[in-house]
Amino acid sequence: MLAHAETMQSTPARSQKFTDAFAKLTHGATPIENKMNVELPELAENGNFVPITISVESPMTDANYVKAIHLLSTQNPRAAVATFHLTPINAVAYVRSRMRLAKTQDVVTLAELSTGELLMATTWVKVTIGGCGD
Amino acid sequence: MATKPSIRIPESAKVGDIIEVKTLIRHPMETGNRHDKHHKLIPRDIIHTYVAKYGETEVFRAEFGPGISANPFISFKMRVPGPGVFEFAWTDDHGVTTIATAPLKVV
Repeated sequence: MLAHAETMQSTPARSQKFTDAFAKLTHGATPIENKMNVELPELAENGNFVPITISVESPMTDANYVKAIHLLSTQNPRAAVATFHLTPINAVAYVRSRMRLAKTQDVVTLAELSTGELLMATTWVKVTIGGCGD
Repeated sequence: MATKPSIRIPESAKVGDIIEVKTLIRHPMETGNRHDKHHKLIPRDIIHTYVAKYGETEVFRAEFGPGISANPFISFKMRVPGPGVFEFAWTDDHGVTTIATAPLKVV
């Protein structure tokens, strides 16, 4: 019982919208974890304005490049935050933007490689003032 | 309504350099979840598509949801293939596309 309670506590909630959006992007495949670099603040004081930097180590050649990076929220009213499309001309798989976070949550990023591989990173962000206008 | 696009690229670059391209545009990115003071839902109004071209080549594209902050900022990198002109296009929910261009000085 105790073990179960601990598991519940350490597994942050995922909205149904997130679960659906994630399934649609992964088609049931299991992405490889911990191969993406995601920079987000540990503590976001203003959820309206959270800077994010995403990068993936990739040769970015015609044979092997990052085709798309998907940015997902597990707790916003809408799960799909953005999709970024890259090509070998980018030379580096790198994107920076600013996102909204309605509350404390995991931010999930997925990278689709031209080789068919799927990478994923999960980043926990604590939010002081939520920013999705509910 | 998207206004005041701002573009930051290096003053000059050499062929083969990897440069960082930064853009920002003024737009409320209204989520569609907010209510006005009369408790009426404010309709969604966001920039949903962003396309960056260098010459005729598309070099970066993004689709945004309401989870992207107001005044959407984007930064990406590109290897300079030669002299050219950047063209950035932001399209919003009204179907309006705002375009900005910036030539890159290649030395």
